[in-house]
Amino acid sequence: MKEFDYRRAPDVMGAVTLLDNDPDARYLAGGTNLVDLMKSGVERPARLVDVRELPLDRIEPSPDGGLHVGATVSNSDLAAHPEVRSRYPMLAQAVLAGASGQLRNMATVGGNLLQRTRCAYFTDTTKPCNKRDPGSGCPALSGEHHNHAILGASESCVAVHPSDMAVALTALDAVVHYETAHGQGEVRLDQLYLPVADTPHRETALPAGALITGISLPPVSVAAHSRYRKVRERASYAFAIGSVAAALDVRDGVVRDARLAFGAVASRPWRARTAERALIGAPATAETFAASAEAELAAARPLPHNGYKVTLMHNLTVAVLSELTEAVAR
Amino acid sequence: MTTTVQKAAVRAVGTGHVRVEGRDKVTGAARYAGDIPFTELAYGWLVLSTVARGRIRDIASAPVLEMPGVLAVLDHRNAPRLKTDFVGMMGTRPDPTCAVFQGDTVPHLGWPVALVVAETPEQAREAAEALAVEYETLPHDIEFTGDHPDSRPADGRMPGVTDKGDLQAELTASAVVVDEEYTTPEEHHHPMEPHAATARWEDGRLEVVDSNQGTSWVVSELANLFSLDPASVRVRSEHVGGGFGSKGVRAHQVAAVMAATVLHRPVRVALTRPQMFALAGHRSPTIQRIRLGAYADGRLRALDHRSVSRTATVYEFVEASAGVARVMYDADAHHTENRVVRLDVPSPTFMRGPGEAPGSFALESALDELAEKCGIDPIELRLRNEPGRGPVSGLPFASRNLRACFEEGARRFGWAERDPRPGVRREGRWLLGTGTAAASFPAGAAPSTAAITAEPDGRFTVRISAADIGTGARTALTLVAADALDVPPEQVTVLIGDSEFGFAMIAGGSMGTRSWSMAVIAAARDLRERLVPGMAIPPEGITVRSDTTAQIAALARMERHSYGAQFAEVAVDPATGEVRVRRMLGMFAAGRIVNPLTARSQFTGGMIWGISMALHEEAVRDPAFGGPVGADLAGYHVATHADVPRIEADWVDDTDPDDPVGIKGIGEVGIVGAAAAIANAVWHATGIRHRRLPIRPDRVLTAAGTDA
Repeated sequence: MKEFDYRRAPDVMGAVTLLDNDPDARYLAGGTNLVDLMKSGVERPARLVDVRELPLDRIEPSPDGGLHVGATVSNSDLAAHPEVRSRYPMLAQAVLAGASGQLRNMATVGGNLLQRTRCAYFTDTTKPCNKRDPGSGCPALSGEHHNHAILGASESCVAVHPSDMAVALTALDAVVHYETAHGQGEVRLDQLYLPVADTPHRETALPAGALITGISLPPVSVAAHSRYRKVRERASYAFAIGSVAAALDVRDGVVRDARLAFGAVASRPWRARTAERALIGAPATAETFAASAEAELAAARPLPHNGYKVTLMHNLTVAVLSELTEAVAR
Repeated sequence: MTTTVQKAAVRAVGTGHVRVEGRDKVTGAARYAGDIPFTELAYGWLVLSTVARGRIRDIASAPVLEMPGVLAVLDHRNAPRLKTDFVGMMGTRPDPTCAVFQGDTVPHLGWPVALVVAETPEQAREAAEALAVEYETLPHDIEFTGDHPDSRPADGRMPGVTDKGDLQAELTASAVVVDEEYTTPEEHHHPMEPHAATARWEDGRLEVVDSNQGTSWVVSELANLFSLDPASVRVRSEHVGGGFGSKGVRAHQVAAVMAATVLHRPVRVALTRPQMFALAGHRSPTIQRIRLGAYADGRLRALDHRSVSRTATVYEFVEASAGVARVMYDADAHHTENRVVRLDVPSPTFMRGPGEAPGSFALESALDELAEKCGIDPIELRLRNEPGRGPVSGLPFASRNLRACFEEGARRFGWAERDPRPGVRREGRWLLGTGTAAASFPAGAAPSTAAITAEPDGRFTVRISAADIGTGARTALTLVAADALDVPPEQVTVLIGDSEFGFAMIAGGSMGTRSWSMAVIAAARDLRERLVPGMAIPPEGITVRSDTTAQIAALARMERHSYGAQFAEVAVDPATGEVRVRRMLGMFAAGRIVNPLTARSQFTGGMIWGISMALHEEAVRDPAFGGPVGADLAGYHVATHADVPRIEADWVDDTDPDDPVGIKGIGEVGIVGAAAAIANAVWHATGIRHRRLPIRPDRVLTAAGTDA
């Protein structure tokens, strides 16, 4: 293992200063992904700035009536928070659908957003990968890709984003707050991840050296009636092969409001805006749900071995929206 | 002191006992091979090839030798020469993968090309990862197909082909025929404790502190490889965190011995998880074709079981999946065939239930398909086909209580209430189904030696180079010895895992406890003859040794096997392809059960592995690179706790008065048939057959799309 320097940051500005925009330095939060990547040689930082103990571990009401979640709040604490559970159930469910109890205790909200894809070619340094080594190629295109992207991918990269939490946050229009040496900034979650294009190694819109300090959840009333369902290849402790975060407001048999996002289908959490438009104002029926899923998935470009994901996402969308509708009716 | 032999109040064998070393294990007092400290210990790190076939052109050792703490780089240019033309204790030639650094040829991805030794493991790893190896790359072939032109029948541990009767004629004359292909993927055994070995020379003797399934075996292989007198080699392996067939002699022990020899100091080499995917062996994928022909009442006229497995170009291991048909079912025409094809992949090896685990998936799935076609209950079909003698050998069976397993299992599982129609039970989003399958595994025994000492304080010490790989063998042997000596188990200390104790069978092939118990019982019998009540025991005690070679050679030739009936209930969500096992029951007939507590754990462990095999486990190789994709425990899925439902394992009476110990193996039979029971339950739930493992969600969705 490469020797590295380790510093614990005293406060947010101290962390940003310690990192000093150094491309060989990394913020260390829970370490549940970064340390693995250091072991496999994907990451070889010269310096780690530990931000896990920064005083960003609070979940508080925000002035607009939403919630502000500090960046070092653990996944476990986020999922257990009463306000999160009652007002944004899909978020609590998404977090609990991820990883294991031990990992959720270590992992942080900020770190979760910046975890890297689990594409096996990305994590194997003996293989080419455009994301890890720009221009080296993407072996997944002709290789093992049954859990790769069907939406928004490119010839350069077909990896999927691994986070469950971020799928729910995308549906909720969450806003990411960050700090740099030049001051604070914010970016909406659906703008955080860059399109793949031919630059899969450029993953986020965060400025160099930025430290995520927290996330704002806007007051989304429809979110109180929401659900996250994740399909994976075993009952626990696996990344999704497809997931749906959905919120639905049905009155008098008509969809008044809807939020929908897909996981494990693209390089980022996939906000299903086309489907949302098809849902809102339409009768809350299985036909509407199927039509909305079809509208969204019309853009799907499956690879030879992941065509099942189109079926899966269609079925899962219909199932989750139907469950939400039935829950209203009861 | 005089003997005060205190009689045991009750028999120890047959009553549940916690592991004698359990407290040491849960408190951390038990030390595993990689934990034991040595002064002056150096650490070796293996460097594996990154090409699937080729030659090593150059290894840039010089810059690495300048790195902090680096002591040596061993490769084919400077490593000690090994002898490889021998047949070892298990009757096999050494796997060239273990005879490291003997040439510049690279036969597969992950082939060991060098060992970097340094003062700390971190330094060794950093240097190993920095070591530049230049290859001449040659084209490779890892495409495994059922009709590969190079596949050929292969014997391995049993004849490659058996044949009787006119298969084609019987198939043609059959009222009902099943003809299907079943496939199982490449699977890996990853014990919780990765492989680790420390080698050192002391007073002209080689000592290896290791984690293995048999110290006698490792001594024999190392002595042969390094041309040493076996008496000058000692291997210790006190606690083993799982083996499952993977812990024989592997590259790391040999590399550690080489480095200790060159550096004159102790050297430890441990494998990482990703390295284990190449170096710990694995279960070959199989492609099996089964043809069954039956009378309308389900009795078999024709049985044809042909299996193709894959092996390395440098080493032949046969995953003998067709062997199970030679035990389970007879037919007027009976053909079985194990073929292999050599490809540019690492060497496969024994993995829990070798042959029977994949073989039973194919055969027991096919039986279920036959039951469906005949309109006969799957259990009734099997009972109608119970053979009176070995279908191929013609030998009599030594206690075959499969019928009792099915009858008692059916009663407990509630089989009688089962509606045979597929795809008709729905509970919310889930379709429900149940399935069953038969299981068997050979109950062999191999020569072993044991020593028992009557101590002056009235206690007894048993020494046997057995291995407790998590099975509870140490505890089982304590109970066996206590009964044989007619004392309470608390008066017996069993010492294992040390080759100094003399030759003994490995923990493998479901033969360990049976083989070791024979030696322990023989020694106890002789010792009791030596002990006259009231006699004085000298300070060094009275020791007798046993050797069961003659006893085992004299065993009557019979078909000896453990049996089982597996039952599973599953739920399948047809919209998402998710499959969940809801409950499982395994009823076994496996001889005398020594320790019910650990036996139940071993049975259920096998059944859980069966869930894993049915639904999760699959190593995928990328043909372009020749290596596995996602070679770690995040990429290679095994069942988690959430995948494991309520599981019941129990057994029927299976006594064999003609057998010297009446103990059969239980290590493997628990996984056999489990995957077929689950696959048959998936059919019962959905009406769709899954003949390819694992039954992943994408396959359920795709199959539903095709069949609908």
